[in-house]
Amino acid sequence: MGLFSKENREVLCNPLGSNNPVAVQVLGICSALAVTAQLEPAIVMGLSVTVIVAMANVIISLLRKTVPNRIRIIVQLVVVAALVTIVSQILKAFAYDVSVQLSVYIGLIITNCILMGRLEAFAMQNGPWESFLDGIGNGLGYAWVLIVVAFFRELFGSGTLFGMQVIPQGLYDAGYINCGIMLTPVAALVLVGCIIWFMNARAEKAEKKK
Amino acid sequence: MKLNTNNNVYILVYASVMVIIVAFLLAFVSSSLKETQDNNVRKDVKKQILSALNIEATDATVDGIYEKVVKDNLANGAELTEYTEDFKTSYNGEIKAGKFHVFVATLDNGETKYVFPVYGAGLWGPIWGYVAVNDDKTSVYGVSFNHESETAGLGGEITNKEKFQAQFKTKKVLDENGEVKLTVIKNGTANGDNECDGVAGATLTSKGVGEMLLKCLGNYKEFLNVK
Repeated sequence: MGLFSKENREVLCNPLGSNNPVAVQVLGICSALAVTAQLEPAIVMGLSVTVIVAMANVIISLLRKTVPNRIRIIVQLVVVAALVTIVSQILKAFAYDVSVQLSVYIGLIITNCILMGRLEAFAMQNGPWESFLDGIGNGLGYAWVLIVVAFFRELFGSGTLFGMQVIPQGLYDAGYINCGIMLTPVAALVLVGCIIWFMNARAEKAEKKK
Repeated sequence: MKLNTNNNVYILVYASVMVIIVAFLLAFVSSSLKETQDNNVRKDVKKQILSALNIEATDATVDGIYEKVVKDNLANGAELTEYTEDFKTSYNGEIKAGKFHVFVATLDNGETKYVFPVYGAGLWGPIWGYVAVNDDKTSVYGVSFNHESETAGLGGEITNKEKFQAQFKTKKVLDENGEVKLTVIKNGTANGDNECDGVAGATLTSKGVGEMLLKCLGNYKEFLNVK
């Protein structure tokens, strides 16, 4: 079986579309609401979740044959918590600015349901390489939804992208005002709802074609 | 031979070994990195103090600039006493213990500024900052605020140097009667020399900043009134 066989490509790509963790499995919504008021933290969060899911998936996958069934959730939790703590310590020592930015999200990563979901549903049954791909795929699937939501929230909520003003001052002078609700978690829920709607509609179409 | 992973003894041994390995790993990482981390924290605090003085310092230059620009003094009533202990990275405990720090800064152009550490509570967690005033001891020269876990884009905007923090530069700490009145109120309603606009959508964080300023700068009332 090749490293990028058809199955493995599916493992990597399905979470980006038809089996998206946020839009289809509706996992990780809590953090999707919390970090999407601006684009930058959303990207940072998306990438850190990707890295942590991939690493945790590989470790659990290597251990999967030895893990006692009755305490498997605890083992998964310990692996994730240890991993996140070590990564955060290393960041604090060698990339202090990044760690300050991430400080709020580190805790959110541990409690992110996508992590436990992937460990339990995938890494416990599959080899390390497939698990690694699955982790990357799910992390990126989570990341793109976050980025789309954050893009709209920051653009319409504060008129900026990456903290830089993109809506021209002239519009404000002409009476345009930022949409305050976009800055609240409510807007994130509405946007995630729209994405779920879009994904479902697309899935239905694909079904009909078959 | 296939392991019987449901055996109680196996589960106990597995759990114990796992916990010991993880504990050792975490302890090792934490203790081996502690010094670098503490160093980073110290540098970061110095940067925040310099940021209130509108100086952008980098990691490499921060120690040099700090020595040159800022000296730490303890306010004792209206008097300043020379500070000789180790550099503090958190002023919460100091304020509670009644030790009020004042950083006396001499800028390159010879002007003297005073920087006061402030500490308070935002919506989700602690907020803190540094307020620099000119040598008339009332007009604000610059501020820097920081927070632990305010919402990015809302309460987190108190760290925004161009927007939120910029409006302080035209404000005064004291009113005509010598009372400490510098504060933050609801967005769009600020007027006068002592009031700053809060962040829209982050009323509670803004309120926290206002209360923090009133309370912590209030400790320096005597000092600020000796001209």
